Amino acid sequence: MTQTGRTVDEVAVAPDDVTSVEPRTSHSWWRLTVLGIGALVFVFPFYYMIIGSLQKNQNTSLSGVVPQPGNITLRNYGEINAALNLGKTLINSGVFTGGVLLATVVFGVLAGYALAQLRFRGRGLLFVSMLLLLMVPFQLLIIPLYVLIVRYYGLGDSYLGMIAPFAINSTAVFIFRQYFLQLPKELFDAARIDGANEFRILTRIALPLVRPALLTAMLLTFIGPWNEYLWPFLITKQQSMQPLAVALANYMNTVQSTVSNPFGTILAGAVVLAVPAVALFLAFQRYFVAPNIGSAVKG
Amino acid sequence: MPEVPPLEAELQLATRGSEMKLEAELPPGTGESRGTRLARAVLGPQPIGMAFGAPYALFIAVLFAYPLGLAVWISFHSYFFTAPGVSVARPFVGLANYVAVLTDSEVLRSFLNILIFLVINVPLTVALSLLLATALNAAIPFRALFRACFYVPYVTASVAMVAVWLFMFNTGGVVDSVLGPVAPVPSWLVNQNWAMPSIAIYVTWKQLGFFILLYLAALQNVPKELYEAASIDGASWWHRLWSVTIPGVRTVTTLITLLAIIVGANLFTEPYLLTAGGGPNGTSASPVLLMYQIGIEQNHPDFASALGVILVIGVLLIVGVQRLLQRNQT
Repeated sequence: MTQTGRTVDEVAVAPDDVTSVEPRTSHSWWRLTVLGIGALVFVFPFYYMIIGSLQKNQNTSLSGVVPQPGNITLRNYGEINAALNLGKTLINSGVFTGGVLLATVVFGVLAGYALAQLRFRGRGLLFVSMLLLLMVPFQLLIIPLYVLIVRYYGLGDSYLGMIAPFAINSTAVFIFRQYFLQLPKELFDAARIDGANEFRILTRIALPLVRPALLTAMLLTFIGPWNEYLWPFLITKQQSMQPLAVALANYMNTVQSTVSNPFGTILAGAVVLAVPAVALFLAFQRYFVAPNIGSAVKG
Repeated sequence: MPEVPPLEAELQLATRGSEMKLEAELPPGTGESRGTRLARAVLGPQPIGMAFGAPYALFIAVLFAYPLGLAVWISFHSYFFTAPGVSVARPFVGLANYVAVLTDSEVLRSFLNILIFLVINVPLTVALSLLLATALNAAIPFRALFRACFYVPYVTASVAMVAVWLFMFNTGGVVDSVLGPVAPVPSWLVNQNWAMPSIAIYVTWKQLGFFILLYLAALQNVPKELYEAASIDGASWWHRLWSVTIPGVRTVTTLITLLAIIVGANLFTEPYLLTAGGGPNGTSASPVLLMYQIGIEQNHPDFASALGVILVIGVLLIVGVQRLLQRNQT
């Protein structure tokens, strides 16, 4: 542990680069070349997604890579909106994601704090269960979860059923715990002597100190349900309950030739699905640094 | 990088801590009633922690432990979905479902597919993310921009990305246009030999940014003195890479292998959408895709549960072996 004595704020926000950056040398040309080619490969599909979504007629030849003034239209966005009811599917995605975020922030922070700072019967068991849950991929439990939630509880086509298996993101709980662990014990002891109860200590002292961790955990939690396909696909049969990812995928599988440019229409939907997550991560990218996410996967 | 203590130490801390600290923190006989002391002895010094942890504990019990138990139960019985309210006998069938899974040619083919996936995905991921992380590990212009470019696919919905890849790799798509006569016939996603490699390449591309970040952090923990010593000894860059960098980031390399196995076993969106349900002829089917197709579409949840239980055991075994290897290394 190298940063003993640094506050959590510093740890989280410190750019992960300053520590051991090599001095600028003539080497930077090969670096820039490699990175430039890499960036091109990574960004091209996004660029092509936008270009493709604006094409009046599908153009898969090389000339289609650059926008052709005569072949640009926003009609594909209208078509996908008519086919999927974008507003409703976006609301569904939003409720699904919002529910998971809310439950994770409220219950995940409580659990993370308890695991890090409180001594109570069953803490060891709770911690071991969390590690086990982090290791076993959710997808392997789809059959029993489907049986329970759809067949036993009748929660198919409901927000509750959609949210339940994701409700508290364990990676986030783990991140919260790691950050609460790093806070100095004396801080809490002092507050306890002053007579503050644990809930007050958590909300007034501990939480403000780990705000960067909160943001990191929320970003990681956001992409889970927003991008999730398998589970909401399994439990939603009515289109009016489907999140955008599911509705778009169903549209891809049953694409009709009733629209003039089927691929353009699909890509328009893909743009709408991609934009919120990409925008969030670009806006908060300084919170998405290796130390934070690394602590989560090393568990 | 905030150091996470090794799992074993964590477990000891977590399980022992409550008893050990108890005595030290509580001054004996400071006016506490016998009842309070008894409660503390039973519940721990800060029983409020139970209330804080209760919602999460409930979540684990209801949505992880119980389903896991249910999966095991279903896998030992003959089980199928019925109309609501209809009760049917669900006889115990012993290991029959497991035998059926392990002798099923589709399942065996999906395991082979994961192997193909791993053979392509792991070396490609390790080589490319290490290369890009090394290039990023310097004071260079546009550093933040490059970093952002690399992880943007990681945070974007697979469904959206699959749509673009379909557009690019479709028969007659832009990739075929660029390659011209070199492009495989039939095209990538409908070609038996290229379907799984296409998925492996797609997943490499999508997840690379995440591993670049991990390698970047690991590279910054490699002591600079080692590089200086190697330079003084006149080691070539290849030699420095081989004897300083690669051993220095071994933990991340192990992690990539581990996560790749888990990702391979859990592929669903890619074979379902990119190669139209694991096609052609099941050459890109994954175990989770089969769980869906056989368990829910074809109404054999018992078979699918057995497959799920086998995969859970497999994942836990692999994680265990990785922990063991990592402990021996350090």
